[in-house]
Amino acid sequence: MPEGSAHTYYLQRWLGFQAWIAIAVVLAALHALPWVVPSVLHIMIMIFLYAIMGQGWNVLGGYAGQFSFGHSLFFGIGAYVSTLLFIHFGLSPWVGMFFSCSAGIVMGLFLGYLSFRYGLKGPFFALIMLAFAEIFHMITMGWRAVGGALGLLVPLKGNSPLLMQFVGKEPFYFLTLWMTVGSLYLVWRIEGTRTGLYFLATREDHDAAEALGVNTFRSQMAAMVISSGMTAIGGTVYAQYLLYIDPDSTFGVANSVEIMLRPIIGGPGTILGPLLGSVLLTPLSEITRLAFQSYSGVHLMIYGIILVLVIMFLPDGIIGLAKKTLARVGK
Amino acid sequence: MGNSSFLEILSVSKSFRGLEALSDVSVNLKQGEILGLIGPNGAGKTTLFNLVTGFFPPDSGQIRFLGQNTVGLKPHQICKLGITRTFQIVKSFSQLSTLENVAVGCYNCSSDIREVEEMAWETLRFVGLEKKALDPANSLTTPDRKRLELARALGTKPKLLLLDEVMAGLNPKEQGDIIKLVHKIRDQGTTVFIIEHHMRVIMGVSDRIVVLNHGVCIADGEPRKVCEDKNVIEAYLGKGVYAC
Amino acid sequence: MTYSFVLESLLNGLLVGGVYSLMAIGLTLIFGVMKVINFAHGSLIMLGMYTAYWAVALLHVDPYISVLISFGVLFLVGAAFQKFLINPILDAPEHNQLLLTLGVSLFMENFAVFVWSPDYRVMKTPYSGINFYVGDVSISFVRLVAFGLAMLVSAVIYMVLTRTDLGKAIRAASEEPRGALLMGINIRRIYLITFGMGAACAGVSGAAVTPFMPVYPYVGWLFVITAFVVVVLGGMGSVFGAFIGGLIIGLADSVGAIFLAGSMKSIISFIIFILILLFKPSGLFGRENA
Repeated sequence: MPEGSAHTYYLQRWLGFQAWIAIAVVLAALHALPWVVPSVLHIMIMIFLYAIMGQGWNVLGGYAGQFSFGHSLFFGIGAYVSTLLFIHFGLSPWVGMFFSCSAGIVMGLFLGYLSFRYGLKGPFFALIMLAFAEIFHMITMGWRAVGGALGLLVPLKGNSPLLMQFVGKEPFYFLTLWMTVGSLYLVWRIEGTRTGLYFLATREDHDAAEALGVNTFRSQMAAMVISSGMTAIGGTVYAQYLLYIDPDSTFGVANSVEIMLRPIIGGPGTILGPLLGSVLLTPLSEITRLAFQSYSGVHLMIYGIILVLVIMFLPDGIIGLAKKTLARVGK
Repeated sequence: MGNSSFLEILSVSKSFRGLEALSDVSVNLKQGEILGLIGPNGAGKTTLFNLVTGFFPPDSGQIRFLGQNTVGLKPHQICKLGITRTFQIVKSFSQLSTLENVAVGCYNCSSDIREVEEMAWETLRFVGLEKKALDPANSLTTPDRKRLELARALGTKPKLLLLDEVMAGLNPKEQGDIIKLVHKIRDQGTTVFIIEHHMRVIMGVSDRIVVLNHGVCIADGEPRKVCEDKNVIEAYLGKGVYAC
Repeated sequence: MTYSFVLESLLNGLLVGGVYSLMAIGLTLIFGVMKVINFAHGSLIMLGMYTAYWAVALLHVDPYISVLISFGVLFLVGAAFQKFLINPILDAPEHNQLLLTLGVSLFMENFAVFVWSPDYRVMKTPYSGINFYVGDVSISFVRLVAFGLAMLVSAVIYMVLTRTDLGKAIRAASEEPRGALLMGINIRRIYLITFGMGAACAGVSGAAVTPFMPVYPYVGWLFVITAFVVVVLGGMGSVFGAFIGGLIIGLADSVGAIFLAGSMKSIISFIIFILILLFKPSGLFGRENA
């Protein structure tokens, strides 16, 4: 164990040569997947989509410590903004994605300002996010110009890569795969910087962080920007992949739960947590959806049980458990 | 430019829901001194610290640091001016390592991650915690947590360090260690404003002592003098804490 | 929009508001004593509704007897919930408590879908058609009784809290758990009873509205959000605040229903919610958090 000015630095994030090789191998395998097991593509796309949005939630919730119960708000905004721009102006969703992201960020800044400026504590922030998501849910339900309860169908353009529509699933697979890689990389990079450490300090103890020079308001706002933007982008891709959006499937509470559960079960405040959670939960929900066709709520029932068990026995998620086990084994 | 004005607390008052916590309190700190702040429980000591560090504003009065008004500034801004505090009930970042805890403070002085790490290690060595640098903060013993609290504050390289009952819960040997550290800190050029409950400890470490009772300043002067002050003796009478 | 229509709407809003009060009292009691934000409160209300519905449909009891059954069943459910799920996490961080209760509500609601189907059910009772008339304004009997029941139970709870030893013990436990422990009060038992009482409030409110509201698994959602709004408006932990808050929100909802489309009527109460959280988080009668 080095003492002080040794050559091992513990604050910055750095991966050894072996780790990079391992990552390359995994990526290569994932690239080969569409030809080896093509039937899995849909599930993989959903795993990646929710991993990305879960990671978005994770930045605000796991790292900065503000648990939002209404992240479907950003998801819905992302989905609706790009879709409406596409339908009414023919704007390519690739460009629309930037508008979605911006709209999500603006909403995030607004809510963040309201909440953090007034020092809203944990559960109240969670509820205010839920309230806003529900407000948007109600508005889109009742507003025929955005489709109302029937939702919006994304106009079919066949094979038009420039309009983010493809024949076949492979392009979406690779898109979501690399977006996931991007989200992991982003969080990895944040972890090793002052921003990341400030997030954690703000989460751990607001007052102590302030006393040590951390502008906790700015920290939380930064986390909110990243969080809302990432989730909104997920909404755009979701809309383009499924080609149909409606208030329930976007702004609904169930969606907030889906987004939130991935990092919570995988491991809040960790880089791989959301992805791990998604790998575990997405197949679960797809399988129960198929097994119990008439009642799509069954997977939510199972989510409920899992959530209760995780909170009671694994509050740090699966990765937290893994870390603890490794630490014990290490001794 | 007044060079004798380091920290000026001028006639501050603060009430909470009708209860007066501080009433017309004035204190002047000189650069380089160790000023002790004592008083029975509830006298308003921590409230005074909270006012100085911006956790809430005074109802009336002024606070100036190096000539600059600090009332209305947020705690992190006051930290950047050069005042850092510790908390009476230790507030470590429990899930972070000891090193990371200190690094948070060090980021005030540098934005380069390697420099920050070096500074953090140095600070840990100063307080004697370098062996526990990589341990999570919630695995530390109480005396070590107090050291961590101190180390974090030192990491910001403060001009003025506010210590809030940093000795509480420590045995005499541990207290002695901390007293030595406080002297080292002053010798390095940091001014110290220290709240303590134990008269003996505060006598041993302060150049000057201010005594609060029920939110009012009842004595201010050299330890010997304060110790013999009638008002001070009365305030502590019967508590069994008083020992000259 | 006639004068009598507006008056009728407002009156109905007030009557329903009384039930909101009871729902909120249950929630605020649990929060006040155990500092737990019970997200599953809506599911408890839903359970109360189903209990009443099935009691009438299968056992053919009078709807107002079913209220008593709901009271008893939900009290027990609440106590069990507290003992097995809440107790272990009393010291966990707040957001974890929220998540746990969220998990329970997810489970209960979707279990209800699974077992009872998502279909809307309407309790068949001759009481539903009875209306009183004051001039042009019609007052529905079942709403009036719901209001009355809610007021009755609220009053009983208030009496228990202020006049009985149990109530004193509960208040002591909520304000100073350690002190209460030292005085020989069995905190665990208090928590159990309090949660039972809170759940019973939910059960009774659910049963009270069943004669005039449809029963379906997700009905709890609307109610729990409303209950939260009321609790925050009235002040977390304040039973009196919950009482007043419920009436205000009931009125706000009816005003909303007059002017806005069906699905949007709750917008007004949501906006109140957000405003209160921002400008006076301690609510109208709540204790200030330093």
